[in-house]
Amino acid sequence: MNHLSRFAPLLGLFAVYGLFAILGPDSFSSGRNLETIARQTAIVGTAALGMTLVIIAGGIDLSVGSIIALTTVTIAASLQADLSPPVAALIGILIGALCGFVNGLIITRFRVVPFIVTLGTLLLVRGIAKGLASEQKIDAPLTYLIDLLAALPRGAWWIFPPGVWLLIILALLTGGFLAYTRPGKHIVAIGSNENTARLCGIRVEATKLLIYTLAGTSAGIAGLLQFSRLTVGDPTVAVGLELDVIAAVVIGGGSLSGGEGSVLGSVVGALIMTVIRSGCSQMGLPNWVQEIVTGIIIVTAVAVDRLRHRER
Amino acid sequence: MSIPKHPRFAMRGIRKTFGATIALDNVDFAVSAGEIHALIGENGAGKSTLMKVLSGALQPDAGEMTIDGSPFAPTNPLQARQQGVAMIYQELSLAPHLTVAENVLLGMEITRRGLLQKSDMHALVQNALTELDHADIDPHARVSSLTIAERQIVEITRALSVQCRVLVLDEPTSSLTRADANRLFRVIQRLKDRNLAIVYISHFLEEIKEIADQFTVLRDGKSAGSGLVAHTPIPDIVHLMVGRQIDDFFPRSNRTPGEPLLDLTDLAGDPLPHSASLVLHRGEVLGIGGLIGAGRTELLRALFGLDPIRKGNITFAHNTARATPAQRLTQGMGLLSEDRKDEGLAQSMSLANNLTLSCLPRGIIFPEKLYAIAHQWIYRLNIRTSGPAQSIADLSGGNQQKVALARLLHHDVDCLLLDEPTRGIDIASKADIYHLIDQLATQGKAILLVSSYLPELLGICDRIAVMYRGRLGPARPVDQCSEHSLMLEATGQEVTA
Repeated sequence: MNHLSRFAPLLGLFAVYGLFAILGPDSFSSGRNLETIARQTAIVGTAALGMTLVIIAGGIDLSVGSIIALTTVTIAASLQADLSPPVAALIGILIGALCGFVNGLIITRFRVVPFIVTLGTLLLVRGIAKGLASEQKIDAPLTYLIDLLAALPRGAWWIFPPGVWLLIILALLTGGFLAYTRPGKHIVAIGSNENTARLCGIRVEATKLLIYTLAGTSAGIAGLLQFSRLTVGDPTVAVGLELDVIAAVVIGGGSLSGGEGSVLGSVVGALIMTVIRSGCSQMGLPNWVQEIVTGIIIVTAVAVDRLRHRER
Repeated sequence: MSIPKHPRFAMRGIRKTFGATIALDNVDFAVSAGEIHALIGENGAGKSTLMKVLSGALQPDAGEMTIDGSPFAPTNPLQARQQGVAMIYQELSLAPHLTVAENVLLGMEITRRGLLQKSDMHALVQNALTELDHADIDPHARVSSLTIAERQIVEITRALSVQCRVLVLDEPTSSLTRADANRLFRVIQRLKDRNLAIVYISHFLEEIKEIADQFTVLRDGKSAGSGLVAHTPIPDIVHLMVGRQIDDFFPRSNRTPGEPLLDLTDLAGDPLPHSASLVLHRGEVLGIGGLIGAGRTELLRALFGLDPIRKGNITFAHNTARATPAQRLTQGMGLLSEDRKDEGLAQSMSLANNLTLSCLPRGIIFPEKLYAIAHQWIYRLNIRTSGPAQSIADLSGGNQQKVALARLLHHDVDCLLLDEPTRGIDIASKADIYHLIDQLATQGKAILLVSSYLPELLGICDRIAVMYRGRLGPARPVDQCSEHSLMLEATGQEVTA
């Protein structure tokens, strides 16, 4: 039972992929398309790592899309100021971490619910990004940062572009952090029952601050990947992306009431959404069909999850 | 006082079981119109179950009920309400964001062509409040701005507005000041004059003496006795409440108290307790008796750093500063919560995760490491489970409680604050826990035990102090205490021993 539910998202992924492999054109199941799917999943997948921690702890972070936009703007501006690519990337990621830290600080100090706080910072951070970029795209000199998610040269031995490898490594690290470390266990405990966590001497506020900072950091890294996709800093990019990220976590078994979710599940959830998008577009189905299918998948995933819980 | 021939409502031969537990066994209970009838009993005696049957929240397995002579068998609370049975619970059920008038007329708003007739509604409610001698409550005021006492009146007004014939008041004065309680008594007297049948549930026997006409005592789910309040002295009522044999399953090894570990002087929390002083020694089990709501749980929570402290001093293991729960655990103090479900254990986590949560190993944690720890405690405490990975929610209450205790033992704390450690668990687990407590005390741990179960306090404690309305009395050696003296102290009577 437990194992089945753990792998349910993975089964869902195979089912959706298999469906399109049968119904769709041959090009869908080509190796090249697999690589494209992986590339297109990298941004949402990376942001979903931090969101998984937040949702497992019983919170929510709506500011992800805005943080991604601010990060692209910051990186582009840094490159324009002749900073070296790694330094620019680091500054961008740190800005993301800072946004997350501020979220966490407001949530823990003023005891405002995360939904409201991050709804506020969603607007606030987006505003800062637009102000910083004077409401237009910031061109950046071409550096190797833009190769992070570039299509691979034919026959390359490393299979995926570096950005996808980054996601895979980060996912392994986050999954390990959650399952095999003290703070990881504390995060699950806070989401499962905050009163119990307090009773056991867990520093709930400090842990929450850490969670939101990590979520900001993962949004910052997603922003770096977004920048490499765009090659410019764009303050209007990734509007509404937080909903894709939340959907990925929820499809992957995350519960908005906390205590449940997995990193593997969230990445698989992000993959499921890309597969649907890719499959629908290759079958020549219009955009609105994709949206309807994705919507049905989200609701089904959660409804099935609830049913399973009721059986217990 | 003349008693009418037909009671307003009568319950005959009511029986209710939950699994193997017999909550109510052949209970008779009847109240006449214009009578205030006190329903008395210890915690768990069956009072709330009986009232849930009356209010339609539970259906009896056997027995029948009548209201004004006609059969009454509600299948849900709404039906009972429509037939005139209203309950006022300890936790009030008003919508705090609505006004007094909106709350009183909730579901029966006065409308004309779909529009609310606000002035009519306010006038109606104002009249109803004036009749209850509470004209000072403004029908326009939001309920959230009212005091607890005022909210109670609003709730009673609501009950009256649906033509109630039977009014049940559950511990109405437990959170009221003396002045507010007196005012409530005058309201209850007026309701009596209006020929309502009133069931008054209270632990405070002096209140019952003051207000009730008749009383019925429940004990272990049976009617233990009933009669006229005026003809029955309080000690006799207490005897009816507790009169049972003390079982022989309380072990007590020869213990010698060691050095003082915990010392508090005049501790006050926010809002409870008002004042508590005690000294707890190593190798000692100190019991705290009293009624639910007296402030015992709040005392333990304040000690452990979960609730704020208004004033007073705590010295624990030479630490005098205020501390957080994390610091208390480091200093060697642990708390067993009275609420296993919402606080004590994280229900969606596994046994092993719950057991090790307060002191997880550092570095990389492999599940096998936690399972090894859990296995050890499963064996030592005789926990019935399919294994350390089993979800806590799937264990029985007794086994859950053992896991919560095992967490404190695994943390190896010196001082255990145990809040109702055996509430709602099976006899076998109870016996195991009593043995464990005895063993811990013999090993030199200090144990502060809050319990509402008198035989348990008398059976395993070395000394017992009683809390009454937020004030902790002196700790007496257990041989100077009896169920009788504890119950008298818990209900605010002078102990003449």
